[in-house]
Amino acid sequence: MKLNLTHFEVSILFALVTSVMLGLVTKKTDRERVRYGIQCFAYFIVALFGIGWAMHFLHG
Amino acid sequence: MASASSQEASAPASNRSPVLITLVAWLVPGGGHFLLRRRGRAALIFACVLVTFVVGILMRGPMFEPHGGDLLTTLIQWGGFVGDLASGLFYLLTVWLGYAPPDTAGHVHDYGSKLIVAAGLLNILAMVDAWEIAKGEKG
Repeated sequence: MKLNLTHFEVSILFALVTSVMLGLVTKKTDRERVRYGIQCFAYFIVALFGIGWAMHFLHG
Repeated sequence: MASASSQEASAPASNRSPVLITLVAWLVPGGGHFLLRRRGRAALIFACVLVTFVVGILMRGPMFEPHGGDLLTTLIQWGGFVGDLASGLFYLLTVWLGYAPPDTAGHVHDYGSKLIVAAGLLNILAMVDAWEIAKGEKG
């Protein structure tokens, strides 16, 4: 079995697991952890699309 | 006057040595938190590291090998090797079972290789967290 994920799919997976982990290790209560995890994931997605579009315009 | 929560945070969370906790946290992702009775967090850490590592393996990402060359090559190879090794038993078992795909050109293998390193880096975050909890610096 071999997975052939695209750059976008790998980025989403990375954003997801990293957000969960950052939420787990940085905050004190479960509520704060969930909130921070969702916040990190949103930042990752914004950065992913922002950098993607920036590269699209810079490369022409 | 210290509050109850800060007193709780400054007390060691376990009688076990922080070094032992961190060693277990390295070998089995989430293992340190498990020993510290943070079972839910342990399960989530284990799942995150496992999923990242297994997807990297399924994408046939090659492992980094600690060899030198010019400065940049040495930094990349050794940095990647440390990242791979940080996954603990996942990395050790995979290598002992003979996983050694060739380092061929292609974006899929490249993403796989980076995911395997990312799994190790996530585990380093968990190890640091386990160390701080075991030392009583965190709740």
